[in-house]
Amino acid sequence: MRIEFGVRHVELMKHVPSPKSAIRNSQFAIKFMSTNETLFDATEITVSMGPQHPSTHGVLQVKLKLDGERVDDAQCVIGYLHRGVEKLGETQTWGQFVPTLDRMDYIAAVSSCLGYCETVEKLLGITAPPRAQYIRTLMTELNRISSHLLWLGTHALDIGAMTVFLYAFREREEILKIFENYCGARLTTHMFRIGGTQYELYEGFQEQVKAFTSTFPARVDEYETLLTENRIWIGRTRGVGVISAKNAIDIGLTGPALRGSGVAWDLRRAKPYAAYSDFQFDIPTGEHGDTYDRYMVRMEEMRQSIRIVNQAVDKIPDGPLMAKITKIIKPPVGDVYHSIEAPKGELGYYLVSDGATMAYRARVRPPSFVNLQALRQMVIGSMVADVVAVIGTLDIVLGEIDR
Amino acid sequence: MVEALKAKFGEQIVKSFSFIGQNQIQVKKDRIVEIMTFLRDNDMIPFNFLVDETAVHWPKDEEFEIVYILYSFLRNDRLRIKCRIKEFEPIESVVSVWSTADWLEREVYDMFGVRYANHPNLKRILLPEDWTGFPLRKDYNYRLQDVEWVRKHLGIESGQKYYVAEARAEEGDYVTPQD
Repeated sequence: MRIEFGVRHVELMKHVPSPKSAIRNSQFAIKFMSTNETLFDATEITVSMGPQHPSTHGVLQVKLKLDGERVDDAQCVIGYLHRGVEKLGETQTWGQFVPTLDRMDYIAAVSSCLGYCETVEKLLGITAPPRAQYIRTLMTELNRISSHLLWLGTHALDIGAMTVFLYAFREREEILKIFENYCGARLTTHMFRIGGTQYELYEGFQEQVKAFTSTFPARVDEYETLLTENRIWIGRTRGVGVISAKNAIDIGLTGPALRGSGVAWDLRRAKPYAAYSDFQFDIPTGEHGDTYDRYMVRMEEMRQSIRIVNQAVDKIPDGPLMAKITKIIKPPVGDVYHSIEAPKGELGYYLVSDGATMAYRARVRPPSFVNLQALRQMVIGSMVADVVAVIGTLDIVLGEIDR
Repeated sequence: MVEALKAKFGEQIVKSFSFIGQNQIQVKKDRIVEIMTFLRDNDMIPFNFLVDETAVHWPKDEEFEIVYILYSFLRNDRLRIKCRIKEFEPIESVVSVWSTADWLEREVYDMFGVRYANHPNLKRILLPEDWTGFPLRKDYNYRLQDVEWVRKHLGIESGQKYYVAEARAEEGDYVTPQD
C-alpha cells in the first residue's frame, strides 16, 4: 500500500466530499481527509482507507489517524451494503427467508442456511432425520474449507504472496463443483429446508468427495510450504494484531479469532448441533493471539474438517430427508436463540414468533460484525500496512456485517 | 442463580422462566449495569461473554424489549436477560461491562431508536448519519425509506416516504397477515 504525500493531494482534499458520498466519485482508494498541520511537519493526519480499496474485502471504510506510519486510531465505517435482511425476515414466511440468508455471508452460505433452519426447528420442536443431519454436517464442513481457502488466498494476496491465491482457488473450485452437482448453485446454495434437506445425494457423490479428501491434505501441506516458514510471511504476521484471551472475550471475538488467542472453544464441541457429536475432531488453538497464530489455527481447521468429512461420508445413514412438518409453518409463541460455528465464528439467530407464518423479529448475530469491532483494538500502535493484515486475519464478509 | 440475584437485587428481578430449555430472566431497567456486572463477576456461574444484545419492538404496549444473551464458558450455558423499557425512555449502556456492547448498542439505536445513557459513541452504524426513521420498528413498513436522503445522495426517486403518522394510519396496528 502506498500513500502519496504531496502538495497536489492536499490541494485535492479541499474538494473531497463527505466520506459516505465519497463512494460515488472516489478516484483514489486512499484519500486525505484532513491535515491539521503543515505539510512536512504533520503530527497527525487522518486518512480514509476504503471504501473501495482492494484489501478491505468489500466496501469497508477505515478512518485512520496516523502519526507518520503509526496508527493512532482507527474507526470503521460500515453499512454500505445494508439491505435490511432483518426487516425482510419479518415480511417473508419462515421458509421464504432462507434464500435471503444465503446472501448474507455469501462465502459460507451453507452455514447461514443451517443455522437458521436449526433455529426454526428448535422452535418447532422437531429434529431433522439422521440422513439429513449427516448431509448437513458434510456440506457445512466442505463449506468451511472453501471459506477458509478463500480467506487464505485473499489474506496472502493482501500481504503480497500471490501464488497461494491461485492454488487456493484451484481447490475451492473442486468444492464448488460438488455444491453445484448437489443443488445447482455454487455460492448462494439454499441447500437445506426447515425440517431437513431438499435434495437427495447425486450418483457419484461419495466418489467425488473422496477424491477431494484424498488429495486435499497434501494440498494444505503445499500451502504451508509457501507460507509457514516464509520469512516475509512471518515478518508480516508475527506479533501483528495481537489480542489477549481476556480482551478477546471482552470484545466478543468468536471462531478462529478467539481460538488464535488460546481459548479452545468451539460450538461444534461446546453445544453440538447437526451430527457433530458423532465425529472425532480436534480444536486447534494458538498461543500468542497474533495474525500468525490465527493463520495456523485456520490451516489446522481445514485438516480437521477433512477428518470430519472422511468420517461422515462413509456413514451416511439411509432414511428420509425431511422430518414431518406441516406445509404452512406456524411455530408456537415464544422466542429462541440458537447458534452454530460458522467459518467466521459464532453465527446466532434470535427469533421471536407470535404464532404467525412470519417471524415477529428475526435477529442475526453475525460473527463478522462483532469480530470487526476488535479491529480498532488490534491495530492501534501498529503500522499502516498491518491494518491490511489485520482486516485479512479477522476474515470478514461485508455482506454479513451490513446485512 | 436466580435466588442469588433475587437476594441481591430484590424487586429488580421481575420473573425467571424457561422456554424450550432456554433460561430467561426478566429484570427492571433501573440497575441493569449492576445486575450485569454481578452476572459477569459472580463465583457461581460467571456469565463472562456477551453473545448478543438486541431489541424487540412491541408497539401495542409502547415498549421495547432489550434482550441480552449471555454465555458462561465455565458452565457452557446461556442465559437471556430481558428488560422492558417504555418508548423514549433511556436505558443504561452496558459498554462498561462488556466492550462488545459498543457496536451492538449502536445497532439497536440505529434500528429502533433506543437511547442508551452513558454510551461512549452513540451514533448510527449501518444507516447514514442523516437518515430519518428507525427501520426495525413495527410502524416502519419495509417499503418505506427516507426519500429525501435517497434523492439528495443517489439522485433517484425510489420507495415510499416515511411519515410516522401516515404510516400508522395506513397500516393500522401491526397485524400479521394470516396464510
